[in-house]
Amino acid sequence: MAIEKTYAEINEKIKSGKAVVLTAEEVISLVEEKGITEAARSVDVVTTGTFGAMCSSGVFLNFGHSKPRIRMQKVWLNGVPAYTGIAAVDAYLGATELPEDDPCNNNYPGEFRYGGGHVIQDLVARKQIKLEAVSYGTDCYPRKELETFLTLDDLNEATLFNPRNAYQNYNCAVNLSGRTIYTYMGMLKPNLGNAHYSSAGQLSPLLNDPYFLTIGIGTRIFLGGGVGYVAWNGTQHFPGIQQDSAGKSYGPAGGTLSVIGDLKQMKPNWLVGTSFLGYGATLSVGLGIPIPILNEEVMRCVSVTDRDLYAPIVDYSEAYGQRIPGNLGFASYAELKSGRINLNGREIPTAPLSSYPKAREVAGILKNWIQKGEFLLTEPVKLLPSYKDEIASRTLEIKGI
Amino acid sequence: MSPKKIILRFGKDIADKPIIYCLVRDYDLVINILKANVDQNKEGTMVLELTGEKYDQGLAFLKNQGVRVQPLAEEVFRNEEKCTSCGACTDICPSGALYMERPSMEVKFESDNCIVCQICVKICPVKAMEVRF
Ligand code: SF4
Ligand code: SF4
Repeated sequence: MAIEKTYAEINEKIKSGKAVVLTAEEVISLVEEKGITEAARSVDVVTTGTFGAMCSSGVFLNFGHSKPRIRMQKVWLNGVPAYTGIAAVDAYLGATELPEDDPCNNNYPGEFRYGGGHVIQDLVARKQIKLEAVSYGTDCYPRKELETFLTLDDLNEATLFNPRNAYQNYNCAVNLSGRTIYTYMGMLKPNLGNAHYSSAGQLSPLLNDPYFLTIGIGTRIFLGGGVGYVAWNGTQHFPGIQQDSAGKSYGPAGGTLSVIGDLKQMKPNWLVGTSFLGYGATLSVGLGIPIPILNEEVMRCVSVTDRDLYAPIVDYSEAYGQRIPGNLGFASYAELKSGRINLNGREIPTAPLSSYPKAREVAGILKNWIQKGEFLLTEPVKLLPSYKDEIASRTLEIKGI
Repeated sequence: MSPKKIILRFGKDIADKPIIYCLVRDYDLVINILKANVDQNKEGTMVLELTGEKYDQGLAFLKNQGVRVQPLAEEVFRNEEKCTSCGACTDICPSGALYMERPSMEVKFESDNCIVCQICVKICPVKAMEVRF
């Protein structure tokens, strides 16, 4: 008889402390030993995790009203501008924002030592943050300037709202040119000197629910060390199945998530200000999603291993920047994690950019929360578009007037 | 005898004294200055290679002058709390001092192998690699 479990049944087991929870890494050996059906019967939840740079991240802040009031037109937090084209004392601080006086790449490769992501980490670490604001002054908001210090606890709200996180899969970046290049995929040595990848592979949330059978709007998740929710699909959400020119399938890619949560209950070791030499500043985010084992199909998905998952190998010296389609082939995450891949008969050393040990830690913490009955699963209000929806990406065409 | 690397630290009271000159003149030592730094408070740090017969007397002179002398144990170190074990440095480090342990995928730092090229200090995305004088 087919195995079918509901969210309510799984939550009952979690509440009574009887739920069987494994991480996406642990479940692999169970499935290898017992098979899909038996594993689906015995396991209730599988936890996933990832920790890496996620540029499309930021926080909505409400500062409260000063006396006299100001309708903030421009604000800076520790010298980093935040967007204030919303209500009087609301702002959105983006992870990649830089101080106006940052030398950027004028001093190539630029260091980008402090940006929006670093301010977010300092906020979560309860450090004092300098707030500056200017305005034009109105009859109801007479103040034109302010400068003060605040901590996260002084704010009315601080809502982490990341428009695109948890990329389902990512490129493996190489450099075909004759010079070292500095990218958001790290420092790439000339003439295929190294290859960088950025995914937790078999632990990664969206690689464990490749067809979006369980993850949707309202899914409760681990976000930045606290609890968050899936708000929507992420920007550039183009879920699909990778294929080479011969039509051979290389597994899922292209899905993304938009996530939200209260920054005040997050932790600075899971929201880490990050700087890529020659590229920019960003935020590394710890994110984990519990997957309810509703049936055998879901169990089959979470039992995926690094041997079954592939990253497309892309040249970042030209093909990426010039938006030249195609790739140089595919490498499995098992190969990538071994430290070497083979490309055109050449061995290339590999290194990750996203932390596998941290991904494992996220999945472990989430497992622990669920086992202790502190974290219940939510049934999504609406599932997200999957590969079946065949969403095509649009490009930006440069048109004359 | 191969030259010994030492670190000298001195306060602003002696920053102006010609102590290096004295080491050469009075103790006949061969000096190679690897790094020198005086901060805004005029607190100074210097990394030297020293050789010569009167090595020990030279060191005694320095200590007498109020200079703190330490052997150079580790110039580049890893802030273990900051390092996320992302791995981005492991194929960049030329000496293999930073390397990936498999299958745990934890990044390890073997400071004995470090040649202090400081590439990791520049590329580490979370600034976990630090130079300590
Ligand atoms: S690049 Fe930095 S954070 Fe990443 S493993 Fe190396 S030392 Fe650790
Ligand atoms: S300073 Fe150079 S040799 Fe030492 S750990 Fe860093 S990259 Fe490796």
